[in-house]
Amino acid sequence: MKLSRKWLNEFVNLPLEQFDDKRFAEAMTVSGSKVEVTEDLSGTIHNVKVGRILSLEKHPNSDHMLVCQIDVGEDKPVQICTGAWNVHVGDLVPVALHKSLLPSGVKIEKGKLRGVESYGMLCSLKELAADVHDFPYGEIKAAAILQNYHPIDPLKPSISPLIQAGDQIFGKVCAAKVTAVENAGVNLWNCALNLGGETAETVTPCQNVHEGDLVAFNTEKKTICTLADLHAEQKEFPNCIEDGILILHEDCRPGDDMAKLLGRDDHVVEFEITPNRPDCLCVIGLAREAAVTFGTELELHEPQVRAEAEGNIADMARIIIEDPELCPRYTARMVRNVKIGPSPAWMRERIRNAGMRPINNLVDITNYVMLEYGQPMHAFDFSCVKGGQIHVRQAREGESIRTLDGTDRPLTPGMLCICDSDRPVAVAGVMGGENSEIVGDTAMVLFESACFNGPSVRRTATALGMRTDASSRFEKGLDAEGTLRAVNRACELVELLGAGEVVEGVIDEYPGRKPQTTVKLEPEKVNALLGTDIDEDTMRRILLDLGFTLEGDTIYVPSWRGDVEHYSDIAEEVARFYGYNEIPTAFSGGVSTAGGYTELQQTERFLGEACRAMGMDEIITYSFISPSCYDRIGLPADDPRRDSLKILNPLGEDTSIMRTTILPSMLEILSRNASRNKSASLYEIGRIYLKRPDGLADEPKMLSLGAYGPGTDFFTLKGWVEALLKALGAGRPHFEAVKDNPSYHPGRCARVSIGDTDIGVLGQIHPKVAANYGVQDELYCAELRFDALVRVKGGIPVYKPLPRFPAVTRDLAVVCDRQIPVGRMTEAILAAGGKYLKGCTLFDVYTGDRVAPGKKSVAFSLTMLSEDQTLTDEHAEETMTRVLKVLEERFGAVRR
Amino acid sequence: MRELMQALREASVRAILEAEDAERLENLRVKYLGKKGELTAILRQMGKLSAEERPAMGQLANQLRAEIESAIDKRKTELTAIMMEKKLEAETLDVTLPGIEPRLGHKHPMYNVLDQIKDIFIGMGFEIVDGPEVELADYNFTKLNIDEGHPSREWTDTFYFTEDSQILLRTQTSPMQIHAMETRPLPIRIIAPGRVYRKDEVDATHSPMFHQIEGMVIDKGVTMADLKATLNLVVEKIYGKGTVTRFRPHHFPFTEPSCELDIQCHKCGGKGCPTCKGEGWIEVLGAGMVHPKVLSGCGIDPDVYSGWAFGMGLERLAMGEYKITDLRLIFENDVRFLEQF
Repeated sequence: MKLSRKWLNEFVNLPLEQFDDKRFAEAMTVSGSKVEVTEDLSGTIHNVKVGRILSLEKHPNSDHMLVCQIDVGEDKPVQICTGAWNVHVGDLVPVALHKSLLPSGVKIEKGKLRGVESYGMLCSLKELAADVHDFPYGEIKAAAILQNYHPIDPLKPSISPLIQAGDQIFGKVCAAKVTAVENAGVNLWNCALNLGGETAETVTPCQNVHEGDLVAFNTEKKTICTLADLHAEQKEFPNCIEDGILILHEDCRPGDDMAKLLGRDDHVVEFEITPNRPDCLCVIGLAREAAVTFGTELELHEPQVRAEAEGNIADMARIIIEDPELCPRYTARMVRNVKIGPSPAWMRERIRNAGMRPINNLVDITNYVMLEYGQPMHAFDFSCVKGGQIHVRQAREGESIRTLDGTDRPLTPGMLCICDSDRPVAVAGVMGGENSEIVGDTAMVLFESACFNGPSVRRTATALGMRTDASSRFEKGLDAEGTLRAVNRACELVELLGAGEVVEGVIDEYPGRKPQTTVKLEPEKVNALLGTDIDEDTMRRILLDLGFTLEGDTIYVPSWRGDVEHYSDIAEEVARFYGYNEIPTAFSGGVSTAGGYTELQQTERFLGEACRAMGMDEIITYSFISPSCYDRIGLPADDPRRDSLKILNPLGEDTSIMRTTILPSMLEILSRNASRNKSASLYEIGRIYLKRPDGLADEPKMLSLGAYGPGTDFFTLKGWVEALLKALGAGRPHFEAVKDNPSYHPGRCARVSIGDTDIGVLGQIHPKVAANYGVQDELYCAELRFDALVRVKGGIPVYKPLPRFPAVTRDLAVVCDRQIPVGRMTEAILAAGGKYLKGCTLFDVYTGDRVAPGKKSVAFSLTMLSEDQTLTDEHAEETMTRVLKVLEERFGAVRR
Repeated sequence: MRELMQALREASVRAILEAEDAERLENLRVKYLGKKGELTAILRQMGKLSAEERPAMGQLANQLRAEIESAIDKRKTELTAIMMEKKLEAETLDVTLPGIEPRLGHKHPMYNVLDQIKDIFIGMGFEIVDGPEVELADYNFTKLNIDEGHPSREWTDTFYFTEDSQILLRTQTSPMQIHAMETRPLPIRIIAPGRVYRKDEVDATHSPMFHQIEGMVIDKGVTMADLKATLNLVVEKIYGKGTVTRFRPHHFPFTEPSCELDIQCHKCGGKGCPTCKGEGWIEVLGAGMVHPKVLSGCGIDPDVYSGWAFGMGLERLAMGEYKITDLRLIFENDVRFLEQF
């Protein structure tokens, strides 16, 4: 919401000199109306004055430039050269003087143009950063001045260079000498012409016609020809352009500041208004907040309508609200004999400074009222409203409307429309229809000031893809009480601007009237919530200033404050103006809580620390993936993991389902890194999302590991998993080869478990899967269940006395079949070794010439220890015998 | 004999002093003091001496032995020191060569910041709670006083799993307020960090998945003053002592009164600069007193208990802390990025 400080000052006196933007913004922000940015509009234009052209002479060294003497309200006129031909002696023009600044940022200084001093520049609309909407009379029409004619082909000119007044050009068009030019009103010029003997008089809108010019004159139409009339191209008349200096028709005098004339002697404040405060989306709403913030008077004005036109609206129109749910109130007034024209400068400036564009008096009035009161309005050409009836109803199947932006829009039931007796003429609260648009002067205009259901307007606007200034206000829920005052204000402005004659009477259908909200004033509750000691009088004063009324302990909430319904809302109102920053800071005490991390949280932290200690970096990945990920990791068509929760309205396919496996997320990050970095070791503790019968999800956490790069192989990964389990104090893990996990290399994948607890899977990613992710390197991943890791976590370690007797080590090499997993042999050794056996470490696996084909030699180092004696050779031998026995029985292994 | 001994003394001491390594010194010991050594040889001639001369000569011989031994020991110590010196000299390294650095892993920068915040709240007696991301509309919206028809419930803003708009990806961590109030004994002091989801296209400041930290206190006599005191303390711990804060009215459907907490821009000290977009203040979090309707909806009597809650975005905090300029880096997980923290 952009607020003009000048407009604001109409309702609350906060002079710019006294309340500079910074002070204003800070105070408004801390009282709840957050200021985004402030802008001093005058800062963009400087030393541009109104000047009156005293004389015009041809430039001595240029065939297209003029030298002007201009009165800029100083003792002496200034001399300025211009290339524009649309100026005349007596014109008021914007003059950028020496050392001036234009809105484009261009600085103007005096200088010489082809040897002639020029003390500045005359400005066009564009140079003032304005357009014909700001200065509707600023449109320029250009006549074809024959002395400016430059033939496209010099050898074949369409107009002879020797042409004289009276010579025929074509048909009824002949050359004419301009003998006198006299102003005949805004953009109109009386011209006396010499047609080579005969004379003629004509009124032309072309601004570039001067005494002495040779022009083309249509003797039949009695008009001076433009380029278009001659079917000429611009380059044939390079200086006869529909552009030039802005000729001012304002109430101004030489020396006046153009900044003021342009409405740029203003400061604009842009607010971020929270959605609960649609009442602040207008000048009056913000004025009310400002008045309470600064403790000044709010001066509101009650619109006065004379309504002198013949008749009464009650006899002319009928309003039928068919869907009162969606339209609680519809108020309308009628205006006769509407005369479309530009609105006055003050209105255009305000509209422009509020960030909208001035269009014409009628449209500007509706926008002005919306900006001032926050009530969007619409004006219908009532002659186009069939049957003189307005039906407020939902669109019917198959109906459509061409809206004011020229787009055909199919309507669907649920969209609220303003209709005449048989078709929609507007989409309620969004945009009017072309079929009832006011295009020119018209006999009857109906002003609509209505209240529509917010969510309904929002849905309609969204469905039609057209969020408008009106819809963005309606969708927040407007005050139904405000419609009458707004329509009266519009009619008051119609009368003020002379834009039409207002008909007596108002149609006001109000089926959705709500009782006024009341809240009990409970100062002690307010103070208890805020932790303050604010006295009741202060509270009452704040509420009264905000427009609440009080009767005893009953607070009557004003209709525009739909957000207030509870004592906590009252507390906020009090706090806002008492000052949030005046509320003390104090700890309440209360019952103290122990706080602290749970065991689960501690384990999660610990696992992260352990992973980082081993060199892995932590990653964070999206919880949603593409369904194609399941193909990329090779899941069979019937894999239960394909049954994911599907987002019905995803941003895209890539983020459309909730992951049931964490592997694709890790693979994506590994793949992204593989193209940029030589190696990576990564981990993530993230959730997967498993469908539950109730439609929600089980969201277990997974510890996902991933790595690639030189020196990384299966045993690096396995080592990490083993180290993690050891760090957790878990028991000895069991690794089992997995050949059928489609995501992993069939010969390099293992399942890890401890006892009955399945912990997860680890291994080299199947080269086909890696290739699906665009990676040629070997990728290693582990997917470990966080809940399982928590389950196998050991308790608090119990101290064991350090051994007092030396350990005995014996090496043992056995030969067995090659397929026998060494892990199983180690487990068997440890299980059968007896009480002295404390450790069994593999130190060599050999397959080669020195063992039989299909066999391998496996060498273990066995550590034996006793807590109460030095072990003898006999003890050691006894252990070795047990070990050999079990190896032979279980695996057919024999000592080498 | 006396002369012989004197000659041996002089010769041995000279030789010992000149011995250049331990081996030669040992050889000299054998040569002079060994069983077949020169002193023994001289002593063998003792028999030729008279009984009167013998004790004196014996004494002299013992003295000589002790002298030679002492000389050898002294030289040995000297040699050891010299050898050590030589060895150390030979072992000298170029200490400017690079060390062998073990590669430590890195915590994700965002979780660095999160852990810091968790620790702050743990220190103040809070607990950390965790909840579902696939959530009921009831918890994400309705019980938080966000009615049907609220724009945030639109399908353009929220991800849904069911056509009836009842099951969704949570758009905020605030449903954890409801879960906590429904399940935990009073008083409650919790924070609930976690992933949240909104239908925003990915760009430098938006992501369809991001993180929030929710916090809530419910107890008897909890006031806005308490909210201010606690959050001021938290902000001071995050941004440093002396950080200037400002509380500004705002609107959240589930708190009343509601506020936003700004910190004064540390770069310009409040004057306005590009870091704070000219405002002089940087928005840090939203907070407010738990709406009495929300309390009673969870079966807590608002006449007895009151509470406050806050919510903050983690990404923006981490980006501010580490001057990360593009949100996409956070989820890209490039090792070169991760290694920097």
